[in-house]
Amino acid sequence: MTENKALLKPSRPVGIIGYGAYVPRYRLPANEVARIWVGGRVSGLPIKEKAVPGLDEDVVTMSLEAVRNALKRARIDPAEIRAVWIGSESHPYAVKPTSTIVAEAIGATPHIQAADMEFACKAGTEAMVMAMGLVGSGMARYAVAAGLDTAQGKPGDALEYTAAAGGAAFVIGPAEESLATLNAAYSYVTDTPDFWRREYQHYPEHGNRFTGEPAYFKHSTAAGKIMLEELGTKPSDYTWAIFHQPNAKFPQRVASLLGFTPEQIKPGLLSPVIGNTYAGAAIIGLTATLDVAKPGDRILMVSFGSGAGSDAFDITVTDKLLERRDKALKTQDYIARRTEIDYAMYARMRGKIAMK
Amino acid sequence: MEIPRHWRLRQQRYGLIGELCPHCDTKIFPPRDICPACGHEAKTSFAFSGRGEVFSFTTIYEAPTGFEETAPYTVALVKLEEGPMVTAQLTDLGDDKPEIGMPVEMITRRLHSDGDERGMLIYGYKFRPSMKAV
Ligand SMILES: [Zn+2]
Repeated sequence: MTENKALLKPSRPVGIIGYGAYVPRYRLPANEVARIWVGGRVSGLPIKEKAVPGLDEDVVTMSLEAVRNALKRARIDPAEIRAVWIGSESHPYAVKPTSTIVAEAIGATPHIQAADMEFACKAGTEAMVMAMGLVGSGMARYAVAAGLDTAQGKPGDALEYTAAAGGAAFVIGPAEESLATLNAAYSYVTDTPDFWRREYQHYPEHGNRFTGEPAYFKHSTAAGKIMLEELGTKPSDYTWAIFHQPNAKFPQRVASLLGFTPEQIKPGLLSPVIGNTYAGAAIIGLTATLDVAKPGDRILMVSFGSGAGSDAFDITVTDKLLERRDKALKTQDYIARRTEIDYAMYARMRGKIAMK
Repeated sequence: MEIPRHWRLRQQRYGLIGELCPHCDTKIFPPRDICPACGHEAKTSFAFSGRGEVFSFTTIYEAPTGFEETAPYTVALVKLEEGPMVTAQLTDLGDDKPEIGMPVEMITRRLHSDGDERGMLIYGYKFRPSMKAV
């Protein structure tokens, strides 16, 4: 069997025309979860706090705000969008696409493709690769790709400290109109049962220690390493790097395994203050990085989704970033808008109190 | 179940799509096809900016059927930048107290579900305190 490690490269160059982030207002500190379940132990908590959606928020409303922010920067006619693809593991309907509601609300219907992607935490980057293909083949001028989640952990479970809400959206289009070009992508996927949720179950199950080495680290490092090998680049060629961030530690470790410095991942490392936004986690790191990047900066982004796989992207910032960056709220603007809640309010807001 | 009504209203609800009077330039919301200012036909669709300020408000503690889930909540008369007054919920107040004159911006949120947990989800405009860049 030959190994086909060729990078995914569109036949015409593509890039990001507009980008937008969204993080809800409420924050649950990790030590508040610890107060309830482990007697207030404060050492070794995976993050500082996580973002929690309001009672009237879900993946439809959050996607809509991220997409609207992306459109404010893209400044295109929504009727020219030919696809709206939204990745999430918390779509509000089991059957009825989130993407149709978002597409209608932004005025992109009816001449479009619309679908919801599902691949745990890499559903958003999967949508980005598809958008690269659609635009890069010349089938469409613009496509919207987004990844957002309102993730839930079982009460008391390790995931309850980190499972958070937020994400990002991108308008993908021709490279010559881009604020950042998407030079290539590469995906590394295997059947790995590290995390799953069966139909009709509220909370996911995970393979405990199985989630680290054979899942997150194996796929993230493989995707990152093959990307660099095939491009012939080294970590020092990149100004910034972003990795999937289920907690604060994992992305720092994978960065160091691949040879990236703490400075390179700094602007995109948001999990300590917003938690793991699942399908949004890597890409909201990208929006935060674009918020501070300069023309010419090169960015490596590697997502990870349980099940399992990683998507790597090689990105170059263009001078168009500077004229579009301030057209919408930045990722840090949302992070700064913060109202702390306690566990009781969290239990109400996340539907953990049974009313019947 | 009022699926046809929800479906018909979806665009005006998702994005504050109203009308513009071609005769006297009045911006109209909700859309009614006749200009309330000059009485002529007005069918040109117009997307409002979503910016406005709180004109008046009240907090609902005893919510009507279908809205109990988010009670207590605040309903406001919002004076849009372009002129019309709309009634909508305020959301994401956090620790902020609603005030007359408070600058607000439109966002799309889940209004309620039609019937029980098996019914369709109804999305529409609400307003939150205007967000500022850090
Ligand atoms: Zn008129």
